[in-house]
Amino acid sequence: MIATAYAIPSVLVFLTAALLILVGAVGVLAMRNPVHSALSLIMTLFGVAVAFVAQSADFLAAVQVIVYAGAIVVLFLFVIMFLGVDRREDVRVEPLVGQRVFAGIGVVITVAGLITLLARSHWVTGAIAVSSSGRALSTGSGNVTQLGGAVFTTYLFAFEATAALLIIAVVGAVLLARRERAADAPGGDA
Amino acid sequence: MTTWLATVDPLFAHGVTAAVLIIVLVKVVVGFAALMGSVTLMIWFERKAISDMQSRIGPQRWGPFGILQTLADGIKLFFKEDLVPAEADRFTFKLAPYLVLVPALITFAIVPIGGTVDIAGHPVLLQVANPPIGILLMLAMSGISVYGVILAGWSSGSKYPLMSAVRASAQMISYEAALGMTIVTIVLATGSLSTHDIVAAQAHGVWHWNLIRLGVVPFVVFLIAITAELNRPPFDVVEAETELVGGFHTEYSSLRFALFFLAEFMNTITMSAIIVTLFLGGPAGWVPNIAHVRWVFPILWFLAKTVGFAFAYVWFRAALPRFRYDQLMDLGWKRLIPLSLGWMLIVAGFLIRASWGFLMAAMVILAWTVLTRAFTLGQSREEGRDALLPTVGERPLPGRVLRAWTDREKD
Repeated sequence: MIATAYAIPSVLVFLTAALLILVGAVGVLAMRNPVHSALSLIMTLFGVAVAFVAQSADFLAAVQVIVYAGAIVVLFLFVIMFLGVDRREDVRVEPLVGQRVFAGIGVVITVAGLITLLARSHWVTGAIAVSSSGRALSTGSGNVTQLGGAVFTTYLFAFEATAALLIIAVVGAVLLARRERAADAPGGDA
Repeated sequence: MTTWLATVDPLFAHGVTAAVLIIVLVKVVVGFAALMGSVTLMIWFERKAISDMQSRIGPQRWGPFGILQTLADGIKLFFKEDLVPAEADRFTFKLAPYLVLVPALITFAIVPIGGTVDIAGHPVLLQVANPPIGILLMLAMSGISVYGVILAGWSSGSKYPLMSAVRASAQMISYEAALGMTIVTIVLATGSLSTHDIVAAQAHGVWHWNLIRLGVVPFVVFLIAITAELNRPPFDVVEAETELVGGFHTEYSSLRFALFFLAEFMNTITMSAIIVTLFLGGPAGWVPNIAHVRWVFPILWFLAKTVGFAFAYVWFRAALPRFRYDQLMDLGWKRLIPLSLGWMLIVAGFLIRASWGFLMAAMVILAWTVLTRAFTLGQSREEGRDALLPTVGERPLPGRVLRAWTDREKD
């Protein structure tokens, strides 16, 4: 098991994916231009997709690219272009006073939580494609069937709750963004 | 590792040997060459067909019937000066053409162009790759090719390309939803994502083609949505010459412009092939019982169907006027997405049991009525200049527009 898990090809794939993810993530923070940051984000998302494929979660990899790279970052770019990318933000000014302290505390808590999680759980890294129940994940097209079964049986409640949450978010956004045109232009010549 | 590879491609049944590797390499090279060759022909074909429809002669100088015109154009573009505007974002400007070209190439890899052929004792699928995610790869790649258009428009540092980029991003997201929904319908009926299985499920005659088996609605929705994804007329608001100069590639010249052009026509061919694969059974068709050349006929069937759709795209361009931008959004969000979603639910119901199917159909009709009511309510609440612009399908007659204006003057 160990011998197959650490075969040269899978190590190479892992290193490539890790490099893509890390370089992209650092790029998101370091780039001065918001569009370049968005591009770095796409790079990270691709790296994650590669990591998914290496774990034989092909469907997740495809969805990662379709949903995140294909739709969400496109929306980011849409917003960036509309708001104008030439405006440079001055990072020394704090719009919310004290946010840096809270951000620091948040980071410490998250990292501590991650470390405890890692320390207390058993490691599945190296053993390729293990589902949460410990059974081996089926590969090829069986993968999608397994995922569908899990989403619509074991995790049905979470799945439906997520769907409801997204709908609520959309309705809320429309409510907030939509103004009555008659109200803000009494002259009628809007 | 070997076992699951064999489930997607019988070529890997006995492990990855040198012979298998060579076969795969040959498939890649042949696929690439065939696509490049057909792009050259496609550009010539489009120009020739359009000029025939417009009573012009079209390209005629180079080669018989001007068939080498594309080659001459390519050479010309290759030797032109390569300009990068001073205002451009240099890295992104240079990256963008490849973001359009590479997805166009990758998508073709999943198209099955024939049956299975025996080469040196190895069963070889006549498609470059048969990944387990299959048709999702096409969706992913069309999602990536948007970036080419958006970034090209933005990085040019110019006004009209930027507008084109904003239009492209909104249009692509709108039509991708309808596209995905129709693909879900097909995947539900097939029970597999892989293009090879989708084609195999349609192999037993015309009545098994998805075009007929799923009702014609998904096919129509898919055809419209894919035309919008391609930015081809009548959905070419992204490169509307009359409004945006040249659209996202206004500032491009030389080889980089050629890459955009190449990718656009390559996408046209690939998407024709994808439609054939999903709805018309791909290489399915009548095969005469002649020894040794039986494998040729599926390829011929595939080519014939694909050329049919390629011609349809040229015909669209010659015959249909461009959509206005708000009409485009209306058609995508208010018509195609509800229609494809409702049809998917009905198909899913019928796949379980006929009674469920009829129940679903009743529910969809109910929802449709409510939605239509909501649209009319929303429309009547609209005031201001937008109210003068009618929705899809209506033509703003000059008299009506004038009356609307004069009525407003009175108020």
